[in-house]
Amino acid sequence: MSPQDYEFLCKLLKERSGLVLAPDKQYLVESRLLPVARKAGCDTLEALVRKLKAPGSEPLKVEVTEAMTINESFFFRDKIPYDRFRDTVIPDMMQKRAVQRKLRIWSAACSTGQEPYSLAMMLDGFSTLAGWQFDIIATDISNDVLDKARSGSYSQFEVQRGLPISMLMQHFEQVGDQWRLSAKIRKMVQFRQLNLLTDFSILGQFDAVFCRNVLIYFDQPTKVDVLTRIRQRLAPDGYFVLGAAETVVGVGDLFSPVPDKRGLYCPTVKREAAPKLALVSASGGQRVA
Amino acid sequence: MKRCLIIDDSSVIRKVARRILEGFGFAITEASDGRQALDACMKEMPDAILLDWNMPVMDGYEFLRALRAMPGGDRPKVVFCTTENDLAHIARAMHAGADEYIMKPFDKEIVEAKFQEVGLI
Repeated sequence: MSPQDYEFLCKLLKERSGLVLAPDKQYLVESRLLPVARKAGCDTLEALVRKLKAPGSEPLKVEVTEAMTINESFFFRDKIPYDRFRDTVIPDMMQKRAVQRKLRIWSAACSTGQEPYSLAMMLDGFSTLAGWQFDIIATDISNDVLDKARSGSYSQFEVQRGLPISMLMQHFEQVGDQWRLSAKIRKMVQFRQLNLLTDFSILGQFDAVFCRNVLIYFDQPTKVDVLTRIRQRLAPDGYFVLGAAETVVGVGDLFSPVPDKRGLYCPTVKREAAPKLALVSASGGQRVA
Repeated sequence: MKRCLIIDDSSVIRKVARRILEGFGFAITEASDGRQALDACMKEMPDAILLDWNMPVMDGYEFLRALRAMPGGDRPKVVFCTTENDLAHIARAMHAGADEYIMKPFDKEIVEAKFQEVGLI
């Protein structure tokens, strides 16, 4: 691929998804876009780029963007964020929302659905949450992954990475060579197509937002913009969860790490707006206002 | 060093599993059927057991029941690793005292995930 073609693709992806590709990621572009090129009747990436530059290429541009932004996902990926959710977020939110008995959770960039379904299975396991209403909104830029996510069907390989066998037995049924989530769990999650670069205020306010392994692909200004708008969607006493390799360093004071809970953040509360929060109680590690 | 007993009648599977588990720092012993495996456990109880289902002489299910009835046999974490991939078999194995269950074919990531799940890694 010529440097000009690579540059063209990088610019297209940056504009459309915020994805920033380093100069050494040509191999990734080739491996992901060659199948798209063939499907479009192009033998090479050069031909694909020519087609993308021609009029009427909008559907192809969408397809290229989707192919480049797909992330591999596992059930209970990285484990720790889910431990935080179970041990810190849920118990704390049960107190804070004891009157409303409702939790709204956003899984941003949910890919093929393992993250929101993992959260749903976890919530379902809390007998003390019986009678509560859960809104789990899961969004992704790619319609392809959302179709798969909505189906709730996973291969034998996919259900064995991170999903305990007890949960497979409890929540899945075997359909041919696929494993399908129960209707009960599938109904807990609502999937919507969403590009994080666009306005998402319509989603309303959330008690917890999971945004893992997405921001690493954005440049600094994009990251700050997206985080600022996520902060606006998060309840002041809510929680924000980042990926294992991500931090909020360098994005201003939007979020503060919850002490001793790596990967877990809460919106930074300004002194003039409210009394300072005591973040962690000495005993239970729960956040108290 | 944690010890893992690999029980499978296929020497190829044992070899693949050995390579993966040695990579996670386990000392490996092998057995090609349930009977041999019980003898190995009587000599020294391992920390972990990777267990095939269908084997000659004594199958994995019979082995598991015998193991759990042995003195100290409740201690090892047992991970089934079998081509039996239907819910009925899985439920039977778990009720007999298995800790986790791998459906073949498997790869390093699956073994890692399952061994992490039961706290062996």
